Amino acid sequence: MSTSGAHGHATAPATLAAELRGKTGQNPAECYQCGKCSAGCPMAVETLLRPHDVMRLIGGDRRETLLEGESIWLCLTCEACTARCPNGCDPARMIDALREMSVARAPRAVGAFHRSFLDQVKANGRMFEFGLVLEYKLRSGKLLNDVFSTPGMISRGLLKFVPSPIKGVADVRRIFAACEREAARDLHASGADGRDQ
Amino acid sequence: MARIGVFVCHCGENIGRTVDCARVANELRDLPGVAHSVDYKYMCSDPGQSIVKQAIREKNLDGVIVAACSPHMHEKTFRRAVASEGLNPFLAEMANIREHCSWIHEDREKATDKAIEVCRSIVEKVKHNVPLETIRIPVTKRALVIGAGIAGIQAALDIADGGVEVVVVEKDPSIGGHMSQLSETFPTLDCSQCILTPRMVELYQHPNVKLITYAEVEEVSGYIGNFKVKIRQKARSVDADKCNGCGACAKACPNKKVPSEFDTGLGTRTAIYVPFPQAVPNIPVIDRAACALFRGRAKGLKKEACAKCREACSREAIDYDQQDTFIMQDIGAIVVATGYQLYSIGKDQPAGLTGYGEYGYGTIPDVIDGMQFERLASASGPTGGRIVRPSDGKEPKRIVFLQCIGSRDPAKGIEYCSKICCMYVAKHTMLYKHKVHDGQATVFYMDIRAAGKGYEEFTRRAIEEDGARYIRGRVSRLYRDGEVIKVQAFDTLSGEPILMDADMVVLATAMRPQPGIQLLAQTLSASYDQHGFFNEAHPKLRPVETNTAGIFLAGACQSPRDIPDSVAMASATAAKVLGMFSKDQLEREPTVARVDVSLCAGCFHCERVCPYGAITHLEIRDRKGNLVKVVADVNPGVCQGCGTCQATCPSKSVELSGFTDEQIYAAINALVL
Repeated sequence: MSTSGAHGHATAPATLAAELRGKTGQNPAECYQCGKCSAGCPMAVETLLRPHDVMRLIGGDRRETLLEGESIWLCLTCEACTARCPNGCDPARMIDALREMSVARAPRAVGAFHRSFLDQVKANGRMFEFGLVLEYKLRSGKLLNDVFSTPGMISRGLLKFVPSPIKGVADVRRIFAACEREAARDLHASGADGRDQ
Repeated sequence: MARIGVFVCHCGENIGRTVDCARVANELRDLPGVAHSVDYKYMCSDPGQSIVKQAIREKNLDGVIVAACSPHMHEKTFRRAVASEGLNPFLAEMANIREHCSWIHEDREKATDKAIEVCRSIVEKVKHNVPLETIRIPVTKRALVIGAGIAGIQAALDIADGGVEVVVVEKDPSIGGHMSQLSETFPTLDCSQCILTPRMVELYQHPNVKLITYAEVEEVSGYIGNFKVKIRQKARSVDADKCNGCGACAKACPNKKVPSEFDTGLGTRTAIYVPFPQAVPNIPVIDRAACALFRGRAKGLKKEACAKCREACSREAIDYDQQDTFIMQDIGAIVVATGYQLYSIGKDQPAGLTGYGEYGYGTIPDVIDGMQFERLASASGPTGGRIVRPSDGKEPKRIVFLQCIGSRDPAKGIEYCSKICCMYVAKHTMLYKHKVHDGQATVFYMDIRAAGKGYEEFTRRAIEEDGARYIRGRVSRLYRDGEVIKVQAFDTLSGEPILMDADMVVLATAMRPQPGIQLLAQTLSASYDQHGFFNEAHPKLRPVETNTAGIFLAGACQSPRDIPDSVAMASATAAKVLGMFSKDQLEREPTVARVDVSLCAGCFHCERVCPYGAITHLEIRDRKGNLVKVVADVNPGVCQGCGTCQATCPSKSVELSGFTDEQIYAAINALVL
């Protein structure tokens, strides 16, 4: 990661563009709004903010709109936007960095889902759908959401009640531990910079 | 004792604000060798120059220093003033106290001290200046134009009309270039052939023009006014003197399936062919790669596999044994007008370019480039001017144009704007609407750049009167779905995804320099940019010259240009060439390197470092003619006075006149001792 103007300016809060540049090494100003990313985005019909909107709002320092909305969480990270960008931008990486920034302040459901998802992977080394459903419902409080699809999922064998962990689950947990250590260090560093969100 | 005059200029506020010019003049007055020292508000003005002239007369000065701006600005002005008083102009020097002092400092006291130092240093240099004489070199009044597209034709005709001989070299069998392939031209929609072919014929028949087609420049030696050019005349396999252009050979040729370059592969030609009916000269050429006879020979056949064209020719003009020949020409000035090529939409791409896999790499037959559309729309084209799909010959009712293909796309290897595409796409939508009345043209664009006389009005006309739909957004992907092409895009202005059906898609591909241009640039010792376009000497003030004296640039070889720009540039080169040829001798500044033959040991380090190839070998012989030694010699016509040889010479036997070691050391010593 390259450094940028975001560092060492405790007096003036860094712009979102500068902060993301620091995190990704990518300059959001390189986007010239041609829209080729959104033209190829499979989620363009679903999401409020398409990749070129995200790039535009980064330039406009629209922190709240980006971090508190749902759009960045709807990205599938297929990276078609990045592959097609004529000017070498990486919208997928930008959206990823925005998600990292957003975790602490994400809408409850979105944050709850991602946490529950990762907890299952950490516990079993793979997805355990029943565990995910239980944990997500408890975390989000949306107890009755989607309950009517349960019988169908059970009858098709998609919802098992006993987890079947993979062999190397210990290795997976070690990966998680390493990531958590790094995240804690990053959080500490950004806190020292006066940029803690 | 020297009698030097120092003239300190305030340059209005430019110098006077930061430097105390009166103090500079006062302190300089006391230096040994300085006979006169004054300051004045604007030394370059008429009264300012009069002060200098009057002082030379009255104080009998033998050296002049003007402490003012950069020598680039006014050295010539003051040297002219000095010369008008009978003093050798090279005894006058500038001391730069503007760019090197007042503009870059704030502290008035210290800046004034520095200005005094700068002047003292130049005073010491001028004490060692000697009178120099302007170099005069002869000039061959014959121009060479490389490339005979619209730029080359215009340049050659303008020069020829000025009464000067012109040699025109064209690599293709016919002149006319890309413009001859166009259907109609923006912003007036006049027929390209109708305005171009008369110019082509005029060039062919002009008494001052020697036209060499199907030929390439092989070698260039010499220097401004005195180039020697070797031209390779490629073998046409047809005797141009005997041929009367009847066309019987092409009719007789059995191979009629060769893709026509002129029709961008949409039509076919024979193996012996003229590129198009209006070709100049109307003399066919045998494409040896496609001819059965030559393919047979390549396989080692003793017998002639085919000789139908020779049998058909009533004038015995066909010559299967013709070889490449070389033509030598003495040339005074060279105009480069090699034009452009388009970004390829095929899978094979030159180094550094990646191509457009997402648009089908040219595998979807109804995805074509702009030049192919021109041929479809042209009355002389393969379809007789009917716009139809290459795949099935049906008329497309929904046509989509994509702008900026290659251009403004660093990821595909090109970051510049090709400048002409916005205009020719607007033109294409109009041509389409005029031929397919019930059709709909849609354009995907990023920006519309229509900066030219009548250009903005033209693009608006395409939208307002001819109903072209303009959608702002780059297309992500093209793919086939049965007979239609799906266009996956996003309208960035309405914020809506688009999935559109098209019958045909036209890619407005980028302009790139001609292949092999780097080699030609090296042959000419001219520089080129990272894309391969020729570099002009100065982007604003010397746009049609190169850094190599005597070589000029016209048209799209220098950067993407449309026809009006290319023609304007071509006429500008003609003015430059005719101006150069208006004198019998060319004058050069005498600040060139000179070799002291008594000291030179003949190691030729200088020859190896000289960027201009100005060093030659000189044989020193005694009275009986025995060779004593071989030393370096400088061709003053080629030398640009850069001083690299002087810095390299181990025996200090080569020196730059006006910047000798003696002068430079004197100037440095004044500062450091």
